[in-house]
Amino acid sequence: MTLTLEGVAKRVGAEQHLHPLSLELQPGSFNVLLGRTLAGKTTLMRLMAGLDAPTAGRVLENGQDVTGKSVRHRDVAMVYQQFINYPAMTVYENIASPLRRQGKDKAETDAKVRRTAAMLRIEPYLDRLPAELSGGQQQRCAIARALVKGAGLLLLDEPLVNLDYKLREELRAELREIFADGKTTVVYATTEPQEALILGGNVTVLHEGRMLQTGPTGAVFHTPASLECAQVFSDPPMNVVDAILTNDRVALSDGTGLPLSAHDRNLPAGPCKVGIRANHLTVLRRNERLVPIRGKVALSEISGSETFVHLRHGDTTLIAREEGVHSHPIGSDIQVYADPDRIFVFSAAGQLVAAPNWRRGALRNIA
Amino acid sequence: MDKVQDNRAWFLIIPVFLIVAFSAVIPLMTVVNYSVQEIFGPGQTFFVGTEWFEAVLKDDRLHDALVRQIIYSLAVLAIEIPLGIVIALGMPGGRSAKTSLTLVLLALPLLIPFNVVGTIWQIFGRGDIGLLGATFRAIGIDYNYTNNSAHAWLTVLVMDVWHWTSLVALLCYAGLQSIPPAFYQAAKIDGASKWAVFRYIQLPKMRGVLIIAVLLRFMDSFMIYTEPFVLTGGGPGNSTTFLSQYLTQMAVGQFDIGKAAAFSIVYFLIVLLFSFIFYTIITRTGEGEKK
Repeated sequence: MTLTLEGVAKRVGAEQHLHPLSLELQPGSFNVLLGRTLAGKTTLMRLMAGLDAPTAGRVLENGQDVTGKSVRHRDVAMVYQQFINYPAMTVYENIASPLRRQGKDKAETDAKVRRTAAMLRIEPYLDRLPAELSGGQQQRCAIARALVKGAGLLLLDEPLVNLDYKLREELRAELREIFADGKTTVVYATTEPQEALILGGNVTVLHEGRMLQTGPTGAVFHTPASLECAQVFSDPPMNVVDAILTNDRVALSDGTGLPLSAHDRNLPAGPCKVGIRANHLTVLRRNERLVPIRGKVALSEISGSETFVHLRHGDTTLIAREEGVHSHPIGSDIQVYADPDRIFVFSAAGQLVAAPNWRRGALRNIA
Repeated sequence: MDKVQDNRAWFLIIPVFLIVAFSAVIPLMTVVNYSVQEIFGPGQTFFVGTEWFEAVLKDDRLHDALVRQIIYSLAVLAIEIPLGIVIALGMPGGRSAKTSLTLVLLALPLLIPFNVVGTIWQIFGRGDIGLLGATFRAIGIDYNYTNNSAHAWLTVLVMDVWHWTSLVALLCYAGLQSIPPAFYQAAKIDGASKWAVFRYIQLPKMRGVLIIAVLLRFMDSFMIYTEPFVLTGGGPGNSTTFLSQYLTQMAVGQFDIGKAAAFSIVYFLIVLLFSFIFYTIITRTGEGEKK
C-alpha cells in the first residue's frame, strides 16, 4: 500500500510529541525509522497504524483518507518490542488467529501457517505455548502472526531490542529476506544506526519529535543534512570539532591543519564545524595523507572485534576506531590519524556544507 | 573434606521451631490425643481408640451440615469469582483520583470485622427497623430470616458476597494491571472482539491470581462461623448450621471434647482435600498459560 502522511502532528496536552511532518511510503518499500529513545518513533507508528489519531494533518492509504478510521478496519499488522502473543494459544493457533478472523478455509489456513512458520524457522514448535519458547522464538512467532495476516502495512517497533546480541544478529539478517515479498510496505523502527544500515531500504531520521531527513539509507548516511542528523546516524557519535575554513586548509580549533580534499575545496572561507566519524579517526596510519592528532586516553572500549579509544584532546573528547582488540592504559599518550578526505563540513549553525564523496556500492562494505 | 561446623544456624532455627511448635504442632497433637480419649473430667480419661471417629462418620447431623457446607461454599465461589472478575474489568485503570476512590471503596468491606458484618446484616434485614427488611416488606415479600430457612441461608450467602467479593476483585485487578498495554493494542490491530480479548489475554493472565482467589474464598467460606452465629446462631432449625457451627455446639455446647476433637481432625482433612482438588484442577486446566 502507499502510505501518505500529510503534515501529521501529535500533541498531548501542552507537549508536542510529534511536529508536523509529511512522508510518502511506496508500496513494497522497506522503511526504517531511526531515532533515539523519545524521538517520536512509536508515536509516529501509532499514527500510521491508526491506534492514535493525529492532532493535525491527514493519513492516506492508497490515496484514501483514513485519518479517523479505527485500527480495527485498517489493513495493518504490528510487531512490538515486547513479545506479544496470545498466552493461552499454541504457536499454531497464534499464527492462525488472523486467518481465522479473515474467514479463510481450513486447508488454506494450514498451508499458510506452515509456510510462514517454516520461513521463520519455528515449525518444530507449532504445538507449544508461547511461554514454553525462548525469547527469540516468541518474537519469531509474533512476526509470523503479523506476516501471515498479509496486511498492506507492516509496522515493527524495535522488534529485536529485547533479544540477546546473537539472536538479534541472526534474526536481523533474515528479516530483509522475509519482508522482500514486494507487496507489503514495511516500517521498522530502531535506535541503532548499524541496524538501519544492515536493513537498508529507506531511512527517516527522527530527533526530538522532528523529522530531520528522509531518503535512501545509504544517501542519508553519507550525506546527513545536518549535524544533528549525522549524530543520530553515527555510532559511536560523530566527533565534532570547531574549525576555520581557509583557502588552503581546514584549521581545527586546536591548531591542527587538515589539507583540503576534493569535496571541501572551493568552499567559502570562514568558521565551520568539522565532523569525523570514529572509523575515519584511526590509530593506524593507513596512508601519508592522514593527519596526526595527539591526546591522552580517557577510556578504551572493546566492541566485537574493534576497539574504540576515547581520547582527551584539548577540551574535547574524540573517539577513534582501532581494528582488533587492544588495551590502552588510561592517561597514556596516544596519536590518532584523521582522514582529511572523509571529513564532513557543517556550517556554524550545523547545516551540511560538504560531505565526502561516496560510491553507491560503499554502503555494502559498512554493512 | 573438612566440614565446617557452624552452630550459629541453630540460633536462627530454634525461635521458628518454638513458635511453630507452640502455635501449631502441640495444639494439633493435643487434639489428636483428645480424639482417642473419653473425657469425663480432668484426670478422668479413658482410651477409646477410633470410636469417636466412627461416631463422627456416622453422625447424620454432621452429614447434613457437610452437605449444607459444600453447597454454600460452591455458591460462594460461583457468585464471588465471576462477580469479582466483572468488577475488576470495569474498574478504571491508571493513576487517577477515580482509581484511588474505587480501590478505597472496594477495600472498605474487607476492613470490617466478621461479627460487625453479621450485626450490620442482622439489623439491615429486620422487618421493623432494617432498611432491607422494610423494603422487602413494602414490596410485599414476607422476608424473615429468623423463621424462614431459605431466607436465613440466602442472607448468610449475600453477607459473604458483600464482605468478600472485593477481595476477588482486588486480586483480579492486580492481575489485569500487570498486562502490558501492547497486548491490548495488538488485539485491537488483530481486530479481536471484547470476548476474545477476555478469553485469550485477560483470563490467562489472571490465572495466577484466580488460583489464589478460589483457594482463599473456598477455605474461608468452608470455615464460616461468625456470620451465621451472629445472625441466627445457626437457625432457624439447622438451616445455617455449617461445620464450624456444629463443631462448636459439640465441643462447647455438649462438651463432647473427644468427639469434637475427632471431628476437628476430619474437618481439617476435608479442607485439605478440597483445597488440593481445586488447586490441581485449576493448575491443570490451561497448563502453561502462566505467562
